[in-house]
Amino acid sequence: MTDLAIAANGLRKSYGDKAVLDGVDLAVAEGTIFALLGPNGAGKTTAVKILSTLVSPDPASGEIRVGGHDLAADPQAVRAAIGVTGQFSAVDGLITGEENMLLMADLHHLPRKEGRRVAAGLLERFDLVEAAKKPASTYSGGMKRRLDIAMTLVGDPRIIFLDEPTTGLDPRSRHTMWQIIRELVTGGVTVFLTTQYLEEADQLAHRIAVLDGGRIAAEGTAEELKRLIPGGHVRLRFSDPAAYRSAASALGEVTGDDEALALRIPSDGSQRELRSVLDRLDRVGVEADELTVHTPDLDDVFFALTGGAGLPHQSKESVR
Amino acid sequence: MSVPLAPARPTRPSPTRLSLVVRDSRTMLRRNLLHARRYPSLTLNLLLTPVVLLLLFVYVFGGVMSAGIGGAGRSDYVAYIVPGVLMLTVGGTVIGAAVSVATDMNEGVIARFRTMAIHRGSVLVGHVVGSVLQCVAGVVVVGAVAVAIGFRSTDATAVEWLAAFGLLVMFALALTWIAVGMGLASPNAEAAANSAQPLVLLPLISSAFIPADTMPGWFQPIAEYQPFTPAIETLRGLLLGTGIGHNGWLAVAWCVGLTALGYRWSTAQFSRDPE
Repeated sequence: MTDLAIAANGLRKSYGDKAVLDGVDLAVAEGTIFALLGPNGAGKTTAVKILSTLVSPDPASGEIRVGGHDLAADPQAVRAAIGVTGQFSAVDGLITGEENMLLMADLHHLPRKEGRRVAAGLLERFDLVEAAKKPASTYSGGMKRRLDIAMTLVGDPRIIFLDEPTTGLDPRSRHTMWQIIRELVTGGVTVFLTTQYLEEADQLAHRIAVLDGGRIAAEGTAEELKRLIPGGHVRLRFSDPAAYRSAASALGEVTGDDEALALRIPSDGSQRELRSVLDRLDRVGVEADELTVHTPDLDDVFFALTGGAGLPHQSKESVR
Repeated sequence: MSVPLAPARPTRPSPTRLSLVVRDSRTMLRRNLLHARRYPSLTLNLLLTPVVLLLLFVYVFGGVMSAGIGGAGRSDYVAYIVPGVLMLTVGGTVIGAAVSVATDMNEGVIARFRTMAIHRGSVLVGHVVGSVLQCVAGVVVVGAVAVAIGFRSTDATAVEWLAAFGLLVMFALALTWIAVGMGLASPNAEAAANSAQPLVLLPLISSAFIPADTMPGWFQPIAEYQPFTPAIETLRGLLLGTGIGHNGWLAVAWCVGLTALGYRWSTAQFSRDPE
């Protein structure tokens, strides 16, 4: 178990009679990015709050270890190993960006000179030098988020929790944030991030757990999760209803959308299967106006696992 | 501020628990004083009340009031009300502590502090020490105004001056812990300002402006034993040489009791899981 940065067994948390987390098991290997993916209200933030010692889990929970320390027995040791950037900006808006950084340096008990050096280095790295002397309340959303992460990094944490780090950011800031997160991991840091964006999990995470209704609906790499869900198909769109009908009868096993004049043929998107579709269309002399190949993406997984509607039974299982 | 006690070494010495508490509290204090310095309007507004009351009671009501307490003129009344106004200054200033604690608790940065390996109580200690220092500064400002309009405390010995200062600090500490508790119990700054309002109203029904024995009979026990009256009577005795009697012990008991209560209440609230 020594190579696990985070290990939680049967994580439970209820508020009143509402179970927010209903027995969640998590295992995050050191030096990896782990994404907890789920819709709003799935319990992502609660999981981060518990793992980062902000709130205590229900007594019925199993053992939780973060950074090798028992969360219940030695929360202070856990705190020394982690850094947290919450969903709502955790900067002091009344003081400047630089003062925020120096505050963190003092709270990490860095000697004054080293504190100044670390603060200056991080302000530089996160492109905040120009704004350093301005109150943090005047920062834009992206700048606040960068300052937030810079503050988290002052103590050189080995495990970093990022709760929805890109929610509310514009596309450019989002890509900057992704770059930052990737760089963190190259330095050997473990990142535990929550997100409601599938693309984000797909882009960043080594492993993804889909959280829904307080339970892990599925867990694995992005590829493993995509394989869980049938959904690959070729979509053909026609403008001529006659062509649409003859294509439908030529291809046989298809689902049609009569209004859009579109056909959906199950396919893994391989060259061989595409050729066979095109050959059959050629044989009846029909030409589609548009052809798109759709491979299952995490969106399919997400909707299938978290919607509850029409999801295949076996996909409830975790693939490890 | 952070002058190392030992020469700086490449490896950090493992600090004792106490030195950690002191260090983190000092950091938090510096943060709070920075807030107060950067945004002084709250503190200054709170100082306005005692100064206005002092001038109002001396120059507008002073003649009548002086006759009422059997004094010979306005200057007798100045001597009478200044100790009360100084305590009222403390009561007004700690409202600022309630407001800034409530504001702080709605900030994400507090959640960050809770997930850091620092002494947890340092957040509150920073607020408390900051508020006591602001009380002292406020008392100095209002005291200066009092001296400017003719208040003199020439009979008091150095020991009495020291005791007076000590009493003001103890009283400020006690009211601050209560105010911090109120701030923690309030959902926002406005609610905190409202719930702390009694701290500036209580002096009005104490012996600050008129002697308690001139009040209606049924009301006298309330006026006499509420925390402000013994504190004011003791301060008056120390600065002007009037009789202190049992008020000295009563004032100290109130200070110790309120501090203990406010401390327990505040730390219990702060150690609870946040929402």
